[in-house]
Amino acid sequence: MHNFTITELIDGLKNRVFSSTEITQHFLSRIKTLDPAFNSVITLTEDQAIEAARLADQQLAKGDSAPLCGIPVLHKDIFCTNGVRTSCGSKMLDNFVPPYDATVVENFKTSGAIMLGKTNMDEFAMGSSNETSFYGPVKNPWATNSVPGGSSGGSAAAIAARLAPGATATDTGGSIRQPAALCGITGLKPTYGRVSRWGMIAFASSLDQGGPMARTAEDCALLLNCMASYDQKDSTCVDRPVPNYSANLGDSVKGLRIGIPKEYFSEGLNAGTEKAVRESLAEYEKMGAELVEISLPNTGLSVPAYYVIAPAEASANLSRFDGVKYGHRCDNPKDLEDLYRRTRAEGFGDEVQRRILIGTYCLSAGYYDAYYGKAQQVRELIRQDFTQAFEKVDLIMGPTCPSPAFEFGSKGNDPVAMYLEDIYTISTNLAGLPGMSLPCGMVDNKPVGLQIIGNYFDEARMLNAAHQFQQVTDWHTQAPEGIES
Amino acid sequence: MNWETVIGLEVHVQLATKTKIFSAASTAFGAEPNTQACAIDLAMPGTLPVVNQQAIDYAVMFGLAIDAEIGKTSVFERKNYFYPDLPKGYQTTQLEQPVVGPGTVDIQLDNGDTKSVRIHHAHLEEDAGKSLHEGDFRSGVSGIDLNRAGTPLIEIVSEPDMSNAQEAVAFAKKLHSIVTSLGICDGEMSQGSMRFDVNISVRPQGEEKLGTRTETKNLNSFKFMEDAIHLEVERQIDVLEDGGEIKQETRLYNGETKVARSMRSKEEANDYRYFPCPDLLPVVISDEHVEQLRSKLPELPDAKQQRFIEQYDLSEYDAGVLSTHAAIANYFEKTATHSKNAKLTANWVSGELSARLNTESLSIGQSPVSAEQLAGLIVRIADNSISSKMAKQVFDGIWNGEGDADQIIEKRGLKQVSDSGALESMVAEVLASNQAMVDDYINTDPDKRKKKLGGFMGQIMKASKGQANPQQVSQILAKKLAELL
Amino acid sequence: MSIEKQTIENLATLARLEIDDQRVEEISQRLGSVLELVDQLQAADTNNLTDNSHTPLATQRLREDKVTESNQRDAFQAIAPDTEDGLYLVPKVID
Repeated sequence: MHNFTITELIDGLKNRVFSSTEITQHFLSRIKTLDPAFNSVITLTEDQAIEAARLADQQLAKGDSAPLCGIPVLHKDIFCTNGVRTSCGSKMLDNFVPPYDATVVENFKTSGAIMLGKTNMDEFAMGSSNETSFYGPVKNPWATNSVPGGSSGGSAAAIAARLAPGATATDTGGSIRQPAALCGITGLKPTYGRVSRWGMIAFASSLDQGGPMARTAEDCALLLNCMASYDQKDSTCVDRPVPNYSANLGDSVKGLRIGIPKEYFSEGLNAGTEKAVRESLAEYEKMGAELVEISLPNTGLSVPAYYVIAPAEASANLSRFDGVKYGHRCDNPKDLEDLYRRTRAEGFGDEVQRRILIGTYCLSAGYYDAYYGKAQQVRELIRQDFTQAFEKVDLIMGPTCPSPAFEFGSKGNDPVAMYLEDIYTISTNLAGLPGMSLPCGMVDNKPVGLQIIGNYFDEARMLNAAHQFQQVTDWHTQAPEGIES
Repeated sequence: MNWETVIGLEVHVQLATKTKIFSAASTAFGAEPNTQACAIDLAMPGTLPVVNQQAIDYAVMFGLAIDAEIGKTSVFERKNYFYPDLPKGYQTTQLEQPVVGPGTVDIQLDNGDTKSVRIHHAHLEEDAGKSLHEGDFRSGVSGIDLNRAGTPLIEIVSEPDMSNAQEAVAFAKKLHSIVTSLGICDGEMSQGSMRFDVNISVRPQGEEKLGTRTETKNLNSFKFMEDAIHLEVERQIDVLEDGGEIKQETRLYNGETKVARSMRSKEEANDYRYFPCPDLLPVVISDEHVEQLRSKLPELPDAKQQRFIEQYDLSEYDAGVLSTHAAIANYFEKTATHSKNAKLTANWVSGELSARLNTESLSIGQSPVSAEQLAGLIVRIADNSISSKMAKQVFDGIWNGEGDADQIIEKRGLKQVSDSGALESMVAEVLASNQAMVDDYINTDPDKRKKKLGGFMGQIMKASKGQANPQQVSQILAKKLAELL
Repeated sequence: MSIEKQTIENLATLARLEIDDQRVEEISQRLGSVLELVDQLQAADTNNLTDNSHTPLATQRLREDKVTESNQRDAFQAIAPDTEDGLYLVPKVID
């Protein structure tokens, strides 16, 4: 049952092959038995899930049901869930139970989906390996000595391990696409402004974007149909109708112009990864697409620009965690300064503190122009690179990350080595463009991801191209060993 | 040495919107603590701001009123600092691109001259909450009430164009007059609706270079402001004359004890790390919208003063006094329409009525004497039914709720005797019964006889119980005495 | 590249983070290596960029001035560390 895609589960529910209660219980019991090995789910909402499934079954019996009625999903623990702890992977919010839902969570409720629980993540979404979580690292189901990627590592690993058919995730510099690639699943970061950020705990507001993760592009389309909405509560959310992302999945890719940025195939790219990606591109050629070499000359500057802008925004976004209104508070503060300084030093992990300090530095008097001002200009250069590219091509493709899942601790003490993991994904966040990753090969029994970058609001075309690829390949159907049982 | 004082003001004006600048929580004054602080105001994780249209419009109206450039594109920024009454750890404000650019405000000086004070800019921002240092909570702690957090403010920043306390107060009063006339602020100083920060420096007469300035913060009455300026100017001159140096610092003035001190917490050099708020987009105000607001702008104090001079034939001074407060101006106009005697109305509104309201700390809106009632009184003064002395008694009667002017005149028998037959016999009677005084009058040197008239007047008025019309009496008396010579 | 201890302490004060002496060295090194990375920005040629700040891609949507929030103090204060009498409590604030 856990090998069914969401599309297949919807069919099964409609045709009474199984009930929502049955599939919900099946996934809950898989989480309970299998997840101790992966640590991907940090809060299980078993009772609510079973109750919601019962109600879904009643709805299904009436035949009048919402699009995802009875489908179990997991939410990344960055999305606020009314009455359910929302930790953001941090000790700071270990005791935080919000009295409100994120818009994304609300949209899933409206669509009839069942929340199974909340997934592990890098603390405040700051990380590319899931090693910064207060709840301990998530292990990659393909190789438990390796990272699942981050920051949405919990959601990615849970889907790879068939603990849920779909999950929500967020992407600030690659946090959907990189773990999707490393765990061999499909994930999509929509255009900035397509999915509401209301109730999604902010890391870097101008870069953060929620999106779906599932095993197939077809399932991602179904999830995005419900996730995307125009939300008046988020000023950066775009007032634009949400298309039916499932409608054109079957279209041919014949004549599709695919741009191949030469900068994405340079030094630092693992040879196996490159081979898998090139073979996938050849697959597209076979289907009638046209490959066009392009240049995104400022790709190299994306990582430095990101590591100014994201920490700068984060340094302000995380100031609200001060031990006064909610969350962690240090014991016996001797005065106000002590309350602030100890609460924050105890509540935030090392990487979060480091990024707050970097952001504070980049914004401080005398450094603003050289860092923040310059980074914003570079961001504009990167945006222009893409605008020019999309005059010539319909989609851009390349590797999602430089190499397959690395082993825990292997990036050593240098944060920069970890930051370079996001070199191919960061520029789309800076430009606000949509990007996705889908499985396209294996290296040393670890999955490789193919990245597709689209023009603004061109998610339907990306999903169509990804779906067509998944019609002629079977990488997305492969499962880690020992998961099948 | 002669010293010259240089003063600039930063004025915080609370806008009279129903809701906060970034949330839909009420701004009503005086609610139970934290009952008007919603999730956004409390900076709950994942919450996002949306800008209140009315706050923008009010700011634009102020800009139009001072003939300022309107920022067609204005940008909100984050000003970062930690304080318990600032829930996000940053204040959302404007810096580089404020909504109102340079403008001017004309003030009238005591010598009748007009002086222009330049406005550097005015920007929109959110108010902070309140820290309470004592209350029904345990000692050693402060209580935080965030009801006020997020109330929209415009901060009006003047150039250092004022050179003494009188000018600063005149400027502050003029701003009060403008914002209340526009209806964008309720002007309730006691509720903190307008707060003044005063930047003060002194320099030797003739010196070009400005001296080091201090900022005295949060003065919430004109009187406190005046006192605080005198105190600070004296202090600075004392320090300099003793060979000392002025330290740039923030000071706090206590209006009760009339003592100012340096603010400890603000002493440490602050680095606010301003940067554009990524949760908000630039606010764009179209020319059409600006014109629409301009067309609906209420009459401003200066225009009103001019009209009062022309329409009611008032002196510049009277017109000035009556046009300063929109509510007083309205009261005056209503009264004048009914009384058909603008000059007398002006005297009564700015004289007796204002004095009485002032003594009893009432606003014009709370006046127990309605405009119609005052008009009724004025009609009786104008037609000589009562003397001005009696009018004061009648006014007291109306104030105390005894009825309209005519009812009180009737009930108390205050009607002035203007019947010439009755007055003639009254005069004749007094002359007849005071032969000694008449003889004295006749024997007095003709040049000095005028001085003796007072004695007769007193006797006649006493005989009439004060009801005789004094002008008529004096004419009749003069005539009768002449006949006796 | 490493950052001076004094700088780290200033940043820690601005960001209100307690950093004891043992951590300063490590933080200084790690921040230094990140700053080396971001210093690559200085090489970027941004001279030909037109100033886009005055023509925003999207503009702020404005909300009608209508009260739609109701009192939820109990729910919010149920998750607060220290409250009394409807107020959030903090160590004494000294101006």
